[in-house]
Amino acid sequence: MITTDIIIIGAGPTGLFAVFEAGLLKLKCHLIDALPQPGGQCSEIYPKKPIYDIPAYPEILAGDLTDKLMEQCKQFEPGFTLGERAETIDKQKDGFFIVTTNKGTQHKAPVVAIASGLGSFEPRKPLLENITQFEDKGVEYIIKEPGLYRDKDVVIAGGGDSALDWSIFLADVAKSVTLVHRRNEFRGHLDSVEKVQELKNLGKINLITPAEITAIIGKNTVEALKITKKDETPFTIETDHFIPLFGLSPKLGPIANWGLEIEKNAIKVNNALDYQTNIPGIFAIGDGNIYPGKLKLILCGFHEATLMCQAAYQIINPGKRYVLKYTTVSGVDGFDGTRKEAPKAVVKTIE
Amino acid sequence: MENQDVNITIIDRDGLKHSIEAPTDMAMNLMEVVRSYELAPEGTVGVCGGMAMCASCQCYINTEHNLPEMQDDEEAMLSEAFYTKDNSRLGCQIQISKDLEGLEVELAPES
Repeated sequence: MITTDIIIIGAGPTGLFAVFEAGLLKLKCHLIDALPQPGGQCSEIYPKKPIYDIPAYPEILAGDLTDKLMEQCKQFEPGFTLGERAETIDKQKDGFFIVTTNKGTQHKAPVVAIASGLGSFEPRKPLLENITQFEDKGVEYIIKEPGLYRDKDVVIAGGGDSALDWSIFLADVAKSVTLVHRRNEFRGHLDSVEKVQELKNLGKINLITPAEITAIIGKNTVEALKITKKDETPFTIETDHFIPLFGLSPKLGPIANWGLEIEKNAIKVNNALDYQTNIPGIFAIGDGNIYPGKLKLILCGFHEATLMCQAAYQIINPGKRYVLKYTTVSGVDGFDGTRKEAPKAVVKTIE
Repeated sequence: MENQDVNITIIDRDGLKHSIEAPTDMAMNLMEVVRSYELAPEGTVGVCGGMAMCASCQCYINTEHNLPEMQDDEEAMLSEAFYTKDNSRLGCQIQISKDLEGLEVELAPES
């Protein structure tokens, strides 16, 4: 059981900034995210795209914003449970919450802040009617253990970076790699495209374009795939694995079943006060919440995270006195023993 | 003042037809018009914000309008999207302009 002061669900910009604000109040945070890395959409969808409305940054790349937020909250030593989706929340008799992930990791804290943005990112599944029955029986949407493909026949579908990168990687691992894409053009880093071209020329990647997988064939596990090229008779190829890589799309997911008031795919909060939900002790901040006048902006998430932390402090330290402090005046004391502070004024006599 | 709006018909995911007026002077695109009229639930359209990176605003163009030409990123995204047809476009890549008067589009299913 992981114990902390605030469980933050979602490690996007809002969740990461909450770690910093909580740290100033001496509260520890642990973040849970379905993605394998922090940053949320900023890392997953558009790391190389610029953002122009972060205060004081005329321009910053989304990926750089994530890096800076990580650096800013580092001294407060946040814990991370990555690549796991928060599945259930249970309120205990002692008022604490236990959040359990899809992999069974348990987290316990008196306060939960849901900073889940548009939801957890789930793989987009091709529209093949029997695909779900082959999941984990030859169909994998995310490659977790590359070793699984050693000396196996693998078919990858997709035209983006992940399809290219995994084709390149598995070319050295699998018995055979076939890459199927609907077009001849691939959208990816130039060097990945060139590398796939090179491996294709060497016969290490079997490229089938423009084509689509139109059926999965097999008894219990994947045995073969039907591939259809435009205006041609479909053919089948034998394979052990089928890896469709068509990107991820955010889904509200299990949060919808937590008894929270939901409106327009977002969690209703009290914006007059502290962004608390209808369940005391559970807050929702950032793009995932809704209130009158809500704007889904990173900068609004930062504000909401800050107010949420103040309310969390009151829950965790009932009745304890506190006044807002300015970091310039009091400095920043990290949980790792580091201290940041403004340099002392120089007082020197002029002779 | 001259009316800056164009008339557009949008068929939502339930098949309902909406005749709406879209402003040409607010730098809006078709995806944003759909959101401003709430023709699809929030969070199911324009997920990536309009970067041609999610295809949640895919729509079918039912009329023969002269639309802005498809750029590489839109074409690439559509090639990975589901439920695509020959008349598929991404709403976020279609700026509202005077040329769209009388346009009819249908929202593609959510995927």
